[in-house]
Amino acid sequence: MELFVQQAVSGLANGAIYALMALAVVMIYQTIHHLNFAQGEMAMFSTFIAWQMLAWGVPYWIAFIITIAVSFAGGFLIERVIFKPIHNAPVLSYIVAFIALFAIFNSLAGFIWEFTIKPFPTPFGKAPLLESGLLSMHQAGMIGVSVLLVVFLYLFFRYTRVGLAMRAAAENPESARLVGIRVGWTTALGWGMAAAIGAVAGLLIAPIVFLEPNMMLIILLYGFAGAVLGGLTNPAGAVFGGFTVGIVEALAGTYIPEIGNELKQPIALFMIVLVLVFKPTGLFGRKVVQRV
Amino acid sequence: MARTRLRYPAFAALALAFAAAPALAQNAPGVTDAEIKIGNTNPYSGPASAYGTIGKTIAAYFNKVNDEGGINGRKINFISYDDGYSPPKTVEQVRKLVESDEVAFLFQTLGTPTNSAIHKYVNVKKVPHLFVATGATKWGQPKKFPWTMGWQPNYQSEGRIYAKYLLDNKPDGKIAVLYQNDDYGKDVLRGVKDGLGDKAESMIVAQASYEVSNPTVDAEVVQLKASGADVFINIATPKFAAQAIRKAGEIGWDALKIVNNVASSVGAVLKPAGLENAKGWYSTGYLKDYTDPAWKDDEGIKHFEAFMKKYYPDGDLNSSFTTYGYSAAQTLVHVLEQCGDDLSRENIMKQAANIKELELELALPGIKINTSEDDFFPIEQMQMMQFNGERWEFFGEVIEGKLG
Amino acid sequence: MSVDQEVNVGAVSKAPEAEKKRIQLSGSWIVFLVLLGAACILPFVTRNFQIFQFTLVIIYAIAIMGLNLLTGFNGQFSLGHSAFFAVGAYTAAILMDQYGVSFFWTLPAAGIVAFVFGFLFGLPALRLENIYLALATFSLAAVTPTMLKLTPFEHWTGGVQGIVLLKPDAPFGLPLNQDQWLYFYSLAVAVLLYFVARNIVKSRTGRAIQAIRDNPIAARAMGVNVAYYKTLIFGVSAFYTGVAGALSAVVVQFVAPDSFTVTLSVALLVGLVIGGVGWLPGAFIGGAFILFLPNIAEEFSKGLSGAVYGVILLLVIYVMPSGAGTLWHRATQYLSLRRK
Repeated sequence: MELFVQQAVSGLANGAIYALMALAVVMIYQTIHHLNFAQGEMAMFSTFIAWQMLAWGVPYWIAFIITIAVSFAGGFLIERVIFKPIHNAPVLSYIVAFIALFAIFNSLAGFIWEFTIKPFPTPFGKAPLLESGLLSMHQAGMIGVSVLLVVFLYLFFRYTRVGLAMRAAAENPESARLVGIRVGWTTALGWGMAAAIGAVAGLLIAPIVFLEPNMMLIILLYGFAGAVLGGLTNPAGAVFGGFTVGIVEALAGTYIPEIGNELKQPIALFMIVLVLVFKPTGLFGRKVVQRV
Repeated sequence: MARTRLRYPAFAALALAFAAAPALAQNAPGVTDAEIKIGNTNPYSGPASAYGTIGKTIAAYFNKVNDEGGINGRKINFISYDDGYSPPKTVEQVRKLVESDEVAFLFQTLGTPTNSAIHKYVNVKKVPHLFVATGATKWGQPKKFPWTMGWQPNYQSEGRIYAKYLLDNKPDGKIAVLYQNDDYGKDVLRGVKDGLGDKAESMIVAQASYEVSNPTVDAEVVQLKASGADVFINIATPKFAAQAIRKAGEIGWDALKIVNNVASSVGAVLKPAGLENAKGWYSTGYLKDYTDPAWKDDEGIKHFEAFMKKYYPDGDLNSSFTTYGYSAAQTLVHVLEQCGDDLSRENIMKQAANIKELELELALPGIKINTSEDDFFPIEQMQMMQFNGERWEFFGEVIEGKLG
Repeated sequence: MSVDQEVNVGAVSKAPEAEKKRIQLSGSWIVFLVLLGAACILPFVTRNFQIFQFTLVIIYAIAIMGLNLLTGFNGQFSLGHSAFFAVGAYTAAILMDQYGVSFFWTLPAAGIVAFVFGFLFGLPALRLENIYLALATFSLAAVTPTMLKLTPFEHWTGGVQGIVLLKPDAPFGLPLNQDQWLYFYSLAVAVLLYFVARNIVKSRTGRAIQAIRDNPIAARAMGVNVAYYKTLIFGVSAFYTGVAGALSAVVVQFVAPDSFTVTLSVALLVGLVIGGVGWLPGAFIGGAFILFLPNIAEEFSKGLSGAVYGVILLLVIYVMPSGAGTLWHRATQYLSLRRK
């Protein structure tokens, strides 16, 4: 029983990482009904920018704010510069564009900052939350931040005009334009917000996994898993999904005999397939009705 | 090709005449009076790009050698291609090096699956495949693969050294092992198990593997501690070793802890993990660690530092890959100098198999490189050490981790 | 769409259409024969390792043709074709290494095994659309190397160390070296599979799958068995990729889990887009792109080769969103207009 609790808590800790990434994924999905495969790399790049500022002696919270702002601007610009020209292109072009972005960010980060791992400070202090050291203050902080972000996104999409406009634009750009929504701007705004959320995710994940250019790929994939599990249209669901993926992964590794550890990743990713097949809208997503 | 030979019988006759002449073995392709072409593949892109530092350090070192006059008057032309750690790409690039660039030999090609892919090819083509950058045990088989030679202490030897230490110092210990689920991690684990012999079954109470693509190994460490083990062997690469060392400290795991050599760098692993967490950990070493304060005033380290500042200023001094590349390059330069004026592939291989008591600048005191016709493992010695919170402290004798 | 056209186009427009088709056809045939001739001469004027590179291009082309059938003609996205490639490669490797099966028989075997995998994956894939399917297939590709390394399978797969193979010699004492022989063999397989694919596309099955791509609900309303065709084409697509994988196992002489990562899947998709979605011959251009572009990017800058690659990708999708296929279509249209 103790082992179960320990592993569940470990899983929860890892799950916090996936949950944060899942939020960024949901954000971009709400904006463009696409999954940005480069989201993780963008988050990683933002974190490196923060690291660089810290290395230059900038205090943590100032670096934090500047990074969020720069990421927001960056996401906004990427949409305007790279995706606007191809916004009528088929889905495949989008996917190739995401792949291109992935390659560019990953390569640039490695070129500028090298590949040796770098420790990254945490704003929450190093003390453990639980005495056994299973959960640190930082990880508790991560969970807190994800909840805050969920609340923020919920309020934003539900109760603000801009949020409503964004949802409309993503759902049906043509109709949205007809009612006066400036689709181009809402899309760019959505990109900016997704990039900013990704930056927050990166800043909170790096202290745990250590900062290096290749840290995000699998986390992004788990973020997708969490988002899909919880429902791509539901930020709270995505966070829940992220935690679930973390816990399932940890328990699978512990309780499946012999090859448990080897099967952790396949199981977590297999969950994506399972959920997509049996409940494509996720546990908490809304059903999408296709008009004929 | 069949057709060309038939069309130029005169050339064929001449070629035969030369071949029949006794003698001076011809210099290898890629060798002229002015230069020696050396081929290499390294992962400069993709998930394993961290290792690309080795290739860059070697290239920088050869620039230094060239600036200082080259080797016996010849400059080194170091051609290194990116293989992204993908075996099919390695095959393509190595074939290009051998068949198109016509290099004299291959040096420090990196990675176990990547080298496995070209292993047969280079031996069939009789191209020296020197000092491969991997510690897999299979690179030291002079009878089966006479053209391939390793360099660093092989992984199984290292595992055996840990096993022996445990048998001598904690024979009733309960061992938990964390290992990377690939050729390297499994090789070290194999060495540990072989070294423990009959006691392996009873002593190893838990083992957990992780994939290179794992975000963290925190959950695995927790899992291992729960087994009640009082010995923890951490077979991991820098990033994961650091995570494990930190987590083991955070959960207050009271055990005899060993981390493998690949992840023993103070700057690249122990500092990120937290020096307090790293205190008391054991490991083995064979090269001096630039980030270890113990070597602050060491001559060899000072030369190394000057080299890095001048020839590879962008290099990450925290990474132990730089001292590794530097030392491997120095070994090669020694071999080439030993070849004198006979730079045929046969002689290059012969001299590589004829290194006697070579002491590298950055090797730990007492560690020497030796090779012979039957011994294709240049470095076999390692030194056990324990971290005191600030630096590594050596203890005991230099150990030879011979196999079998 | 094409189903509609068959019904609606009246006899009036048929004559010039047929005329244009005949011109296009003979033009196409000439181009094809010229290219085939050039391809046959190639191995005798280039070095061995370049023949090796061209053979890999052909192999990737076969895999891309398979992906094109699925994604280009049927609209089902796949970022997971490296899994089928791996299945084919390992099937061939295990048959050759453990059971001494001759190289020739491994190809159909690998194809069939891959077909089964593809068909089985196609079943749950029925319920997935667009980006969801891309994600599911991406997950499949991501777990493939891990599955290949699983300890219980090590006995067959060789685990992390992989399996080393021997290249076959040219049969019947033909005066070809191993590289040349494998090149011609792969070329023959590629040409054969190309014509098979073309026939599939032009047949009822082809029209059905394209109808499903364009408007699945209309297709179903017209009596097309959507589920059947979608899973069938998934299997066929996997078949092609599996055959390509088997060929690659022998050409590279080595299979290991690290050879079949997500990077390969992504590369195949990129090759498809570059070559031209829905245009079969583009597969060869796509294959060449996959193989040679990283080398070119490396020439530009070793450290930034990934960034150069990304920038070139972006440029291509801006300038030629439908890949190389657009150039071909524009060229043929221009020529047929000139003839009038």
